[in-house]
Amino acid sequence: MTVTELVSYEDALATFEPVMGLEVHVELGTKTKMFCGCSTALGAEPNSQTCPTCLGLPGSLPVVNAAGVESAIKIGLALHCEIAEWCRFARKNYFYPDMPKNFQTSQYDEPIAFNGYLDVQLEDGEIFRVEIERAHMEEDTGKSTHVGGATGRIHGASHSLLDYNRAGIPLIEIVTKPITGAGERAPEVAKAYVAELRELIRSLGVSEARMEMGQMRCDVNLSLMPKGADRFGTRSETKNVNSLRSVERATRYEIMRHAAVLTSGGTIVQETRHFHEDDGSTTSGRIKEEAEDYRYFPEPDLVPVAPARAWVEELRKGLPELPRVRRNRLREEWGVSQHDMQSILNAGAVDLIEATIEAGADSAAARKWWMGELARRANEEGVALSALPVTPAQVARIAALVADGSLNDKLARQVFEGVLAGEGEPDEVVEKRGLKLVSDDSALGTAVDEAIAANAAIADKIRGGKVAAAGALVGAVMKATRGQADAARVRELILEKLGVEG
Amino acid sequence: MTDIIKLTAAEIAEKIASGELTAVQVTEAHLARIEAVDEKVHAFLHVDREGALAQAREVDAKRERGEKLGPLAGVPLALKDIFTTKGVPTTVGSKILEGWIPPYDATLTRRLKDADVVILGKTNMDEFAMGSSTENSAYGPTGNPWDLTKIPGGSGGGSSAALAAYEAPLAIGTDTGGSIRQPAAVTGTVGVKPTYGAVSRYGMVAFSSSLDQGGPCARTVLDAALLHEVIAGHDPLDSTSVDAPVPPVVEAARNGSVQGMRVGVVKQFRGEGYQAGVLQRFDESVELLKELGAEIVELDCPSFDLALAAYYLIAPSECSSNLARFDGLRYGLRTGDDGTRSAEDVTALTREAGFGAEVKRRVMLGTYALSSGYYDAYYGSAQKVRTLISRDFDAAFEQVDVIVSPTTPTTAFAIGERVDDPMAMYLADLCTIPTNLAGNAAMSLPCGLAPEDGLPVGLQIIAPAMKDDRLYKVGAAVEAAFTERWGHRLLEEAPSL
Repeated sequence: MTVTELVSYEDALATFEPVMGLEVHVELGTKTKMFCGCSTALGAEPNSQTCPTCLGLPGSLPVVNAAGVESAIKIGLALHCEIAEWCRFARKNYFYPDMPKNFQTSQYDEPIAFNGYLDVQLEDGEIFRVEIERAHMEEDTGKSTHVGGATGRIHGASHSLLDYNRAGIPLIEIVTKPITGAGERAPEVAKAYVAELRELIRSLGVSEARMEMGQMRCDVNLSLMPKGADRFGTRSETKNVNSLRSVERATRYEIMRHAAVLTSGGTIVQETRHFHEDDGSTTSGRIKEEAEDYRYFPEPDLVPVAPARAWVEELRKGLPELPRVRRNRLREEWGVSQHDMQSILNAGAVDLIEATIEAGADSAAARKWWMGELARRANEEGVALSALPVTPAQVARIAALVADGSLNDKLARQVFEGVLAGEGEPDEVVEKRGLKLVSDDSALGTAVDEAIAANAAIADKIRGGKVAAAGALVGAVMKATRGQADAARVRELILEKLGVEG
Repeated sequence: MTDIIKLTAAEIAEKIASGELTAVQVTEAHLARIEAVDEKVHAFLHVDREGALAQAREVDAKRERGEKLGPLAGVPLALKDIFTTKGVPTTVGSKILEGWIPPYDATLTRRLKDADVVILGKTNMDEFAMGSSTENSAYGPTGNPWDLTKIPGGSGGGSSAALAAYEAPLAIGTDTGGSIRQPAAVTGTVGVKPTYGAVSRYGMVAFSSSLDQGGPCARTVLDAALLHEVIAGHDPLDSTSVDAPVPPVVEAARNGSVQGMRVGVVKQFRGEGYQAGVLQRFDESVELLKELGAEIVELDCPSFDLALAAYYLIAPSECSSNLARFDGLRYGLRTGDDGTRSAEDVTALTREAGFGAEVKRRVMLGTYALSSGYYDAYYGSAQKVRTLISRDFDAAFEQVDVIVSPTTPTTAFAIGERVDDPMAMYLADLCTIPTNLAGNAAMSLPCGLAPEDGLPVGLQIIAPAMKDDRLYKVGAAVEAAFTERWGHRLLEEAPSL
């Protein structure tokens, strides 16, 4: 079924209630793969991080990565889930060239974590509770690159290249229960949920969850039902929606598309769909006429996972403060608005600012530098703020030099430039570049005398009581000292020498 | 040189250690024997002449340097072609792996090499270990050295035939439903299926993961024990490997006795389908055990009647998943890749050409049994039967120390006799399958020739899990008594090739 005319979003929501289900895959940041000792580092030569097990060679066997289980339990606990006392892996049997064994070692009816929730904060501060069905452990597949086709998809390609470096990297799949009651805010809820989940995963230290790197991937299930109905409609599953903005757009698009099909008397086909970043649309993927039969059965090559209760409780005690709680605490401590906090969050600056404050800076200065000069530099270079070669301790030091009058903002920016260029610690940069403010009276005295001599008319005005005219002389001194003079002290000296009270 | 090939592994090891023989002499004698008879027997799929001689030279060099040698150093061994061997072909008896050279050694292969056991080559087997006659090998059948027109058992017919033909004093088998014990029985040799998890499965190409178990094959109980000790033990690469000390099997084999032991005879292990001569030799064995001081206890294990049915759901289910990886994309055979066909088409053509009929039959059976809607009725029910069988064994082992039975209902049948009748073929494993389903240990050893056909009959001894030493204690006592009665080992009666 192709739809040319979408129903407007407002009209769609006037008639229908959206029901969402979000499935998020997170690649864990463990050093080794889920079932073998191969490295999980990104960016290596294709197929260089493989072994008999993750290549599925005949005879090879899996061994569970304990760090992967620990990460899964932490995620489960942070999502307020129950943790299984005993659970098994299962084989999910299906054929795909980038899956070495032609089954995925996953979990089926015995997930490690189940029955939880995540409270997400919408932009206006409202809290929406998303119920979690389950979180289970599995392994990632390899990566196919289809060569020769126009779109990079398999259709029309002449051949495919397979890289198994990703095969066997631990994944946690987190599945929500059907999300109802979000109404017109459904796309916003979807985005906020994924954003909150990402923050949570990062705060647990189990993954960097970088969506642009494929470390976190989202499938959006959506259906509509007439308002007041109690039976869900047929759903579509939009696969691999890989940015927060795309999650929101895909949800919104599918609401409008479903509404268009349903109001024109059509029926929704249960299918997977592809999301297109360029125009925000989705197109039909593979039709699921019947539920796919994965012939799940308990993985006989692995023994059951039975996490000791004492260990689970120990992990629970070690959980960090939840991101939303921490965010609200820091927002209050820093005294910033909800909106500003959102910007700080979006910039990935929360941890950096907090660390800078811990290193001695006051919160205003820490925010000013990270969200100003440094955000600008990161933006220019197209890197994450945290990837800039400057540490919170260095930022704190520069802020301290400004606070004690050794630097002004203009000089401080030059110090940042030096630090970012690898010229050393802030104090070394100040030293090497000779950036210290000149506040030494004897050094300034000469410059002030010269300025007075060269601007006799202005000096007279000041003597005559026009104190405001001192600004011009201060400017002249600053120019002569190439900006390195302490402007406040220069002004004092000028007034002193001209015998005027400031 | 004919003397060397008749020696037991224990004798060879001793003579090499004392300097009476060199490992190279021993290896050359066996390579010569293979050269002389294997054209007829076809026990080997691949003889690694160079590799074996290199290993033998290394053993001799070690000895000259005065280094300590292991208990089986320099003893030649025939390795079932299901274990990966780095740089040496591993086919699992299938066309689909023709030409594949594994880049890694199985843990078992590694342990053999570390113990300085000389690996002569890889032995023939039913494709993917599915079969009871070795006729399902894609590379042609193996003959039974007692009568080359008869099957040598299966799936490990190559290993048992190599022993019976004096091509090797030691061999390795794997036992999913009887593939070590049934070939041992029909060739007049000794074979042990250790407790599940006792021998690492890492590098053993999987047929049915929850049932597969590697184990030792030999011509004597002591030789089997010596080999058992080398290959058993915990392996961190196999999650199902038992993390416990290996039972004292060698000590048990050196101190055979059944005095005061309670020996169970299960009533389900006889009846229709059992050859008269097999039952006759079995009954004589029970009498012998009594004479040797054992107490015989009759046992009823009703669930054993369901074992074959449960096995033919569980094993095919697991195999349907285990064999999915053979798709022609990464290794082994690839058929029909002419540059126009899709990956799926090439995979289908590769499997069509690469898998034999029995493998296809079991993959289809298993795929069906695991399908949604049928899972509970088939796979689920079979797992319940499995639990019942374990309970029957548990109850039995409260009353007895070991159980004995015929290893197989009949002696070796003729090559070609059952190939068109899978059910008849499956019945060959009637007595061996319950042990695989329960995961405990069992041995087959010779107990005479059936009067009607003059072919070997096997006595099966079954012990509880992790009590593998009891097999050797009882086996050694029975072996000694029979050898004394016959005046020689049973294999001496086999015709010379």
